[in-house]
Amino acid sequence: MRSTMLLRLGAVLAGAALLGACQLETKSVAQNGYRGTGMDQIHLVSDKKKVGEVPPPPYDPPKPGGKPAREAYQNVQVLGDISEDEFSYTMAAITQWIAPEQGCNYCHNPANMASDELYTKKVARRMLQMTRNINTGWTQHVKQTGVTCYTCHRGQAVPSENWALPAKGNPDTILGNKHGQNAPLATTAYSSLPNEAFAKYLLDAKSSNIRVQSNYSHPSGYAATANKTTTMETEGTYSLMMHTSSALGVNCTFCHNAGSFQAWNMSTPKRVGAWYGYRMVRNINGEYIGSLASVFPKHRLGPQGDPLKVNCATCHRGVNKPLGGVSMVKDYPALRPTGPMITAAAAPAPAAPAAAATKMP
Amino acid sequence: MAYQNIFTQVQLSHAPEMGIGMKPGSDPRGTAVGFNHLFGRFGQAQLGPIYLGWTGLLALLCGFIAFEIIGLNMMASVNWNPIQFVRMLPWLSLEPPGPEYGFSPIVPLAKGGWWILAGMFLTLSVLLWSIRTYRRARALGMGTHVFWAFMSAIWLYLVLGFIRPAFMGSWSEAVPFGIFPHLDWTAAFSIRYGNLFYNPFHALSIAFLYGSTLLFAMHGATILAVGRYGGEREIEQITDRGTASERAALFWRWTMGFNATMESIHRWAWWFAVLTTLTGGIGILLTGTVVDNWYLWAQQHHYAPAYPDTGVVDPALGSTGQ
Repeated sequence: MRSTMLLRLGAVLAGAALLGACQLETKSVAQNGYRGTGMDQIHLVSDKKKVGEVPPPPYDPPKPGGKPAREAYQNVQVLGDISEDEFSYTMAAITQWIAPEQGCNYCHNPANMASDELYTKKVARRMLQMTRNINTGWTQHVKQTGVTCYTCHRGQAVPSENWALPAKGNPDTILGNKHGQNAPLATTAYSSLPNEAFAKYLLDAKSSNIRVQSNYSHPSGYAATANKTTTMETEGTYSLMMHTSSALGVNCTFCHNAGSFQAWNMSTPKRVGAWYGYRMVRNINGEYIGSLASVFPKHRLGPQGDPLKVNCATCHRGVNKPLGGVSMVKDYPALRPTGPMITAAAAPAPAAPAAAATKMP
Repeated sequence: MAYQNIFTQVQLSHAPEMGIGMKPGSDPRGTAVGFNHLFGRFGQAQLGPIYLGWTGLLALLCGFIAFEIIGLNMMASVNWNPIQFVRMLPWLSLEPPGPEYGFSPIVPLAKGGWWILAGMFLTLSVLLWSIRTYRRARALGMGTHVFWAFMSAIWLYLVLGFIRPAFMGSWSEAVPFGIFPHLDWTAAFSIRYGNLFYNPFHALSIAFLYGSTLLFAMHGATILAVGRYGGEREIEQITDRGTASERAALFWRWTMGFNATMESIHRWAWWFAVLTTLTGGIGILLTGTVVDNWYLWAQQHHYAPAYPDTGVVDPALGSTGQ
């Protein structure tokens, strides 16, 4: 009898332990693909409430008109066309977004606001160019929601989600050498996948091809069309996808039909947005942050002496629409100029993919 | 005697059963024998005498060397820190050589040479152990079913780590030694070759694997259910009215119209288990050598459904993008 009681008690305890990881909260479930393909997104309802809190404008946006900023101030290289009032308004917002504690002096010499002597001012100027380029040149990714400094910075001078080239170990020894993988890091979603995926795929416009699958069912006998990608190399792509998935708080089927990760005609329109997103990140890292390599002081650089760069998480922070999809840029027209832009960045737009997937059988 | 089960097992204390005499020319058998009450609750209480022989000794030695190479490489990767070794163990691995070495047997130790050595010793170990299962079975006048079943498992192991990499001309196609790393390899392998679920031999392997568990459950349940009539002690001929065997046979004829025999159920189970790794190995071997994209292959051969077109177009088409 006693052993039966013990068995029962054990069963109850084991059952309770098994349920320990269950999330009992209310969830929202949305189907985003053909029935039976497992394409759905499940979120905690409580998680949804947290997003969408953005800081209000520093004060009511000024009325258009007035003296252009380039006439009112000296050394205004990017925002010269906007009015003096709008310039001050934009500067006030930027201060609040990036250096709320340090204030204007984080970038400016208070004795001479026009001076470029602080490195932060030079960085801020390049970042303004970048933001304006993103909002006008990368609309396939940021749509009309756009971005502001706050999308990445969130009140911090250095956005908390960043990456740099990993420290290179000695490849000729096994001592302390994990071959760039096999460590539980947030960047690889705590898997044992390679952690140099960002360096491989997100560094600049010359970064490696992310796709790994063949366009033909059988191996090609011709060297020119043969797919030489190894299983080992595929782990890099897998690692990048795990990062994107965790950065956006979605699973694979947000973009892909898991039946074929490759087939575009089975994917959701979101995958097109992600395709442009990767190229936007390469553009940001290569053209903008990369050009600041000599500007940043040593303590702002990574272990290999390169500046800290962006990935999906820098903006997304665990939600598929950064800041819950709230468009802050509409209150800051200086960050989304109309008319011809400084650089044309984006590739041609795909033929309207969105229509078909809205009806779900 | 009353029906004995795991809770009511009667354990007799007696002189150890030393088994039949050895054939002339055999290696000496161990003489150490012991009894363990706990073991007796789950199986036979007597431990030993064990027959090791030169195949067993060498198999254990090679297995130990492979185990040490893998473990010490993992420990070196955390700078010999025992705490980090334990904490990080699921993530740690011994990686095969990179693509730059092709299938060359000469690879620097730190760049995959250790992996080749570990694989070689592990292969030697399992092959020697399989020879041992063959020779011990023959020594007892048994069939060699255990040996062939083990060979089927070794086939899959060798396809993954040696035969397929040889066909592909690259060690980098092989599986790393490591807990999470080999799982990540499995997923990456499926991703690279267009989804292994569209590989019919993978499908067969899964069918035999799941079939094995189903057969195991059916057979185990049947024998336990007639244990109260001594079913586990009967032989095939005992199908007299009212015996455990007859009841077991009738049960399945009544529930599904057909029953296995006491002999055939084991043949079924053996083939299902053996075919799991046999078909699995064929599926792996065809991947990348004959078929490069299983999804496209399955579409071509009307093997998999085509889902409705979502209308999404590859943005790289018509541009210089990737």
